[in-house]
Amino acid sequence: MARRLERLDRGIKVRSDDVFALNSWREMLYIIAPRVLPVLLLLVLGLAATPYWQRVIMQACMIGLLAISWDLLASVGMVSLGQALFFGIGAYIAGILDHYAGLGPWLTIPIATVGGAALSTLLLLPVLRLRGIYFSMVTLIMPLMIERIIEATKIFGGTEGLSGLQPMPHALVEIIAAMAVVWVALFSFNRMMSSDYGLILKGINDNDRAVMSAGLNIYLYKAQALFLAAGVGAFAGAFVTHAYQFVGMPVFALDYSILPIAGAAVGGMGTMSGPLLGCFILVPLNELLRGLGGMRTVIYAVLLVVFTVGLPEGIFHFIKRKYTQFERWVEVEQ
Amino acid sequence: MSQAILQVEDLSKSFGGVKAVSGVSFELMENQVLGVIGPNGAGKTTLINLLTGFVRPDRGKVLFRGQNIAGMKPYKVANLGVARTFQMVKPFYQLPAFKNLVLPLKSPRAKQLTGGRYGDRDAVAKDLLEEVGFERDSWVIFKQASVLPHGYLKRLELARCIAMAADLVVLDELFSGLSLAEVASLVPVIDKLRVQGKTIIMVEHRLRELFRIADRVMVMNFGQKIAEGKPREVMEMPAVRGAYLGSEEEGA
Amino acid sequence: MLEGVLIYGFINSVLLVLVAMGFNLTFGISGVANFAYGALYIMAGFLCWGLLNSLGLPYWLAVAVSVAAIALLAGLLFRFVLLRVRGLVISEVIATFGVGLAILELFRYWGFIGFEYTLPVWLDASFDIGETVVDGQRLIMVAVGAGLTLFLWFFTRHSRIGRAFRGIAQDERTALTLGINADLTAAFAVAFGAGYAAMAALVILPLGTIAVNEGYNVLVNALAVCIVGGLGSTMGVIVAGFLIGYAQIFTATYGETHWMMIVSLAALLVILLVKPSGLFGKQKELEERI
Repeated sequence: MARRLERLDRGIKVRSDDVFALNSWREMLYIIAPRVLPVLLLLVLGLAATPYWQRVIMQACMIGLLAISWDLLASVGMVSLGQALFFGIGAYIAGILDHYAGLGPWLTIPIATVGGAALSTLLLLPVLRLRGIYFSMVTLIMPLMIERIIEATKIFGGTEGLSGLQPMPHALVEIIAAMAVVWVALFSFNRMMSSDYGLILKGINDNDRAVMSAGLNIYLYKAQALFLAAGVGAFAGAFVTHAYQFVGMPVFALDYSILPIAGAAVGGMGTMSGPLLGCFILVPLNELLRGLGGMRTVIYAVLLVVFTVGLPEGIFHFIKRKYTQFERWVEVEQ
Repeated sequence: MSQAILQVEDLSKSFGGVKAVSGVSFELMENQVLGVIGPNGAGKTTLINLLTGFVRPDRGKVLFRGQNIAGMKPYKVANLGVARTFQMVKPFYQLPAFKNLVLPLKSPRAKQLTGGRYGDRDAVAKDLLEEVGFERDSWVIFKQASVLPHGYLKRLELARCIAMAADLVVLDELFSGLSLAEVASLVPVIDKLRVQGKTIIMVEHRLRELFRIADRVMVMNFGQKIAEGKPREVMEMPAVRGAYLGSEEEGA
Repeated sequence: MLEGVLIYGFINSVLLVLVAMGFNLTFGISGVANFAYGALYIMAGFLCWGLLNSLGLPYWLAVAVSVAAIALLAGLLFRFVLLRVRGLVISEVIATFGVGLAILELFRYWGFIGFEYTLPVWLDASFDIGETVVDGQRLIMVAVGAGLTLFLWFFTRHSRIGRAFRGIAQDERTALTLGINADLTAAFAVAFGAGYAAMAALVILPLGTIAVNEGYNVLVNALAVCIVGGLGSTMGVIVAGFLIGYAQIFTATYGETHWMMIVSLAALLVILLVKPSGLFGKQKELEERI
């Protein structure tokens, strides 16, 4: 007798998919808990942590935003290898506005978010006409080129960067704002992707010709997705700039491109929550392994390959599966 | 007599020296069904790609209701009211069958025609699927397109055209790969489109079914139009018999 | 002055063509964008350095062994990593990118940074061309570049595996029905591209030191040339290499040296705006399809 593993939805999952769930605390809890608990947990951690670890959590939030942005692009079929482009452009816009015009974070961050999104979209607009790996190639080389240009032409402080920028009003404001934006981005993007608008975006990834023959302008939708994703990345850049009161060439460095992708690979792509979870694992790990120095990047790179090739499911999908389904061995007749 | 909905003049396209379509001209009256036949490689699919904007012509005009749509972007052509199916089915494999139709229902054309009041798109999508022969309230419409059998995917292609509320429907070998029973079940759907006043271009290898539906037939070979006329008349022409039947023997 | 610009522009162009050739070759045949390309390039340099200085092999043997080893490594990379995710673009891109990153950063971690990591020049002499002095290594580089390009041309047309390459490049499924083992051929393509990268590294690196960052530069340059020329087109790579190569030297001579990278970026942006598929892009169909 051969056996095979059978997976079935848990009873409570099936019941809570139905409207009757509203009658039962248990079912309601089943739906609400996985959404509310992480928010509360992070809030408690964020408030209770030492200033040093608060910074780490803030960083995790920002890298998490880059990962959400990456995942959004990937689900429309644009695989970005250069999240640093969005991050860096946002960071520099905020830095320049603050340094030369003296605008505070309350003005620079919104301007950098929108302006950075517009600028990034404009830079990448031509690539949207092409399929496949062109997007990856161009996003990979663009931030590296910009970094080199800033170094060579010494604009905006050159290698020194711009320092002494205005800080965030208060450490507490900083951490709360970081968390709030992460959750807003996560839930609203998730919501968007499950709406009909999101279906179009997924459809472009699936089959762009069919989307066109359905009378929809795919460039327009791709550009909109790119704008949203770039905006999220630019926000993260601007936020970090003010948190550290400094902006310089490292914002275009590969690190900001690699960490989000590694987070997405480890956490599980395609859900936004997965990449975010991945970043909340990797960024604190990054701090704990500080002693290893350059070896850390090697570790991410290896994790990246191992998860993509060997465990493409990722941690989030694994947890979700365990939460919604149970497994049992059943005997099958030959 | 009704007026011409589509006028094609001297349409040509070559791919690196191979003349896929060369100097094709024809006219199509409103509410007519035009069958396009010809051996493999005669340029039928390229002709469709040219009509629907997926390939830009080297030369020639495609007038749809008097407006030149040659070289226009595919989504613009679609929004003017020219819908097509693909020979190689192109569903959204990740989406459930009925969600496949939500996309065309969101197109500017569908919105315009209904004044933006499509109500529940999911419900409309399910109605459309029933129209092309999906069993209503069965599991089939909720299944991911990637697991559906070929016959259903072909129906899905047709349903997409209907959802676009197109005036001109271009069907690229809709019947290929279907069983006789499946073809028989689709013929009434096409008849119904006709009753609704649609104009249809069918590229087809199944001559028996095609001749029952088509008003006129155009025969292509080596990218050129070699004959056009009533189905029976066309098949009597010696040039057609030579080109079509001759090449079929080669293929066999 | 102008003569010097023309000569050094030519040399710079050949350098770019050399650097981009392997990446382009692999992509053109197998559709694999090997983002580990820069890492393989640098690895060839360090491997040759190690063979020379630790094992004391003769130079020519060290070069031959390095090229073969890098090609083999890339073939294995395809067999054991890429084959598992073949066809999934996201995974292919991430996997090659990750492997490249791991290799380069590992070298950095091990401390392979410094001026002692240099390869000896192949030909220690200099020649006068008109009034311009050119050193022997650069001339050798030009010769090797021309040789490799010609070899590629003959190989793809007049050998069995070369024709299999072209078959796959045309249509993988049709090639399958003709009895061509697509996976094996794609593995060869990846190995072949890596071999070209190693050859390029071994003639170019003696001009400077073997630096980890050079790995990223090589990747950036290779990608830029391929995008401008059109992915998968050998002619495109040559034309784009010369275009960017001369433009860089002209700006460096008549403008300022540090504007060189701006020239590449500008070339890239202009070509993407005007003709996104590149000068000789075989992906032209793609553009129309979308």
